[in-house]
Amino acid sequence: MALLQLSEPGESPDPHQQRLAVGIDLGTTNSLVATVRNSIAECLPAEDGGVILPSVVRYYKDGHTVVGQAALAAQTIDPRNTIASIKRLMGRGLADTDAGMRSRYDLVDTGDMVRVNTVAGLRTPVEISAEILKVLRERAEATLGDELVGAVITVPAYFDDAQRQATKDAARLAGLNVLRLLNEPTAAAIAYGLDEGAEGIYAVYDLGGGTFDFSILRLSRGVFEVMATSGDSSLGGDDFDEALADWLHKKASGVDLDCSKSRALLVEARRVKEALTENALCVARVPVAADGIKDIPVSVEEFHELTRKLVERSLSPVKKALRDAALKVDDIQAVVMVGGATRMPHVRSAVAALFGREPNIDIDPEKVVAIGAATQANILAGNRRAGEDWLLLDVIPLSLGLEMMGGLTEKIITRNSTIPVSKAQDFTTYKDGQSAMAIHVVQGERELVADCRSLARFELRGIPPMPAGGARIRVTFQVDADGLLAVSAREQTTGVEAHVSVKPSYGLSDEEITGMLKSGFEHAANDMQARSLREQQVEAGRLIDATEQAIKEDADLLSATEQASVLAEIERVRLLLQGLDHLAIKAGIDALSAKTGDFAARRMDKAIRLALTGSRIDKLPL
Amino acid sequence: MHEYFSLFGLAERFTIDPAQLDVAYRQVQAQVHPDRFAHRPEAERRVAMQWATLANEAFRTLKNPLARARYLLGRRGVEIDADRNNGMSHAFLMQQMEWREAVEDSMANPDALQRLERDLARDERVMLDDLKHTLDVEVDLTQASELVRRLMFMEKLRREIDEALAQLET
Repeated sequence: MALLQLSEPGESPDPHQQRLAVGIDLGTTNSLVATVRNSIAECLPAEDGGVILPSVVRYYKDGHTVVGQAALAAQTIDPRNTIASIKRLMGRGLADTDAGMRSRYDLVDTGDMVRVNTVAGLRTPVEISAEILKVLRERAEATLGDELVGAVITVPAYFDDAQRQATKDAARLAGLNVLRLLNEPTAAAIAYGLDEGAEGIYAVYDLGGGTFDFSILRLSRGVFEVMATSGDSSLGGDDFDEALADWLHKKASGVDLDCSKSRALLVEARRVKEALTENALCVARVPVAADGIKDIPVSVEEFHELTRKLVERSLSPVKKALRDAALKVDDIQAVVMVGGATRMPHVRSAVAALFGREPNIDIDPEKVVAIGAATQANILAGNRRAGEDWLLLDVIPLSLGLEMMGGLTEKIITRNSTIPVSKAQDFTTYKDGQSAMAIHVVQGERELVADCRSLARFELRGIPPMPAGGARIRVTFQVDADGLLAVSAREQTTGVEAHVSVKPSYGLSDEEITGMLKSGFEHAANDMQARSLREQQVEAGRLIDATEQAIKEDADLLSATEQASVLAEIERVRLLLQGLDHLAIKAGIDALSAKTGDFAARRMDKAIRLALTGSRIDKLPL
Repeated sequence: MHEYFSLFGLAERFTIDPAQLDVAYRQVQAQVHPDRFAHRPEAERRVAMQWATLANEAFRTLKNPLARARYLLGRRGVEIDADRNNGMSHAFLMQQMEWREAVEDSMANPDALQRLERDLARDERVMLDDLKHTLDVEVDLTQASELVRRLMFMEKLRREIDEALAQLET
């Protein structure tokens, strides 16, 4: 009993103290927020009753924004300032953006991440996404009646490190505490697995508005284990719209259209695409030059033929994942379809043909990711109920490596490694007296650095003079449970060290985020102060409780001096709590955390040993 | 650094029961995975990440027979240098060359590649049996490390075949 809290740290101490947490599906086309209420995960509706928030943000001159349905409707009126599909630009430099996005918006290269030039000024994809997330946070807080403890934000499984970091930054900017970044197909698998008590090997085919993921999972005895994942982070329903729009445009006139008309054409193409899901024929009303409209009938066969290549493009990642997992199509028990774009009949039939069975669409493919994310958020927030016991083992989608001499990549962590994962590799100097070493971190499968994604560059300086090959530099990669990478380098004989969390290339620095948060709250500076203070007070209270409880249970793991010093630190935080300075409280929390780090490690060590010896005899087969 | 076998409650030997490893791995992760600590103080979250990282590395190492053998040899003070061929028998070096030529000749032929892969897998199974013998039965670390080096070559070759097959498929 004494160790109960530690061996079941996720279990809620009191069922009435539900901590409010949400799952957010931040999609290319649509976004949703869901939560678990009375043990049921459900999407939260807006005031008008709809749960889907179109991922569209319109900027006005004075800087204010409109998000969702109203912005969607303004696309053709104000195309340059009404931003759709911003997810396609997350974590990207201008050079990596697709032609469609470049033609629709005024994209600006600022050296690092791309920015969108709007009537309200330059906006990063992170800021634009944060506007969408803010609306969802406010919706959730209004519906649930209190502030949120945290959120699980879903990302395409195939998102690279820069795209993940950008998503996390956007969430922080929107005032959300990110409990976890969760891969979209994994979220869907949670929803299905728990709903249907599934066991066996499942595949998730997730074709969203802008991204494609394919994951293979093994579900057994409450463990969701991702075996392999692959995808294409620039393939989605948008591409089908664009292909159809191009085709219609050529048929109708071929004359250049202005911004507003070409956006109207794209909107019409999407309508026709959706209509062709149910109907064999649809008449497109295609804008032509001047004020003209030309009616062009499109048959489902024509649409399928002109987008056939896109469907085929999705099948090659499918085969790659099967190969990586060393599985054949017959080994897959069921294929789950996720994402609005999987409503297209030819997508479904292509998947059915490859797997020799009809795919599973029991749960609404547009809601399933948010539902799974909400379920996971509920657990992560500490609302785990007895018996509600599952474990999620996810992987990293793309290999991580370093640039070597001659522009070649040396892989340090290979794709599909279960996270969290860490790997170290030793390198040496190649010149006599070399005092610095440049470290270039890349992500991707290709052999040439130029073909991989550059994540970060940093330098280890101050290597003492040694002959070539004398220094031993250990470079360590650590990928956390969000799939985010941190890299450190250390000269082994002298201990010279450099560390970088992989952000600077395409992410925002902490200072930038704080700055943006401040400016966002400018008109409500007091609100922000109050919010930060409340957050720190809650955090401090929790930390004190947890620490005191730990001392009560495991005092034997601390020497008398250590215990006295921890207790003194607790008193210091208590004293700070009497004041209103949230920064001072934060500093106190950090100090207490640092003091108790070792203690926490020893307690976990003990708990694991106990758990292992306790369970081995009766639980293991044999 | 924790020792991998004892982390999972296994005897330190080459022969293991994969099912037992699987169960033990899940039990450890159920205790330490960061998802269990997402709402806990920073210090605990950090420790959880370190433990879960260790459990993943230990599991990956013990699950793969070749990695397991290398780890065991390392524990017995025998480090395998991946880049050196010395100590390999002449016969194996010759065979190595033959394998390489066969793979190069079959680069455009998926059937031939798959046949080679099957042959390789068969030879690997025999070598793994020998490895088991030299590590667990009649212990001979010199012989074991030669087998490990051979198997490392075979694994590398099999990866090349896999990549060639993947290339052909796309």
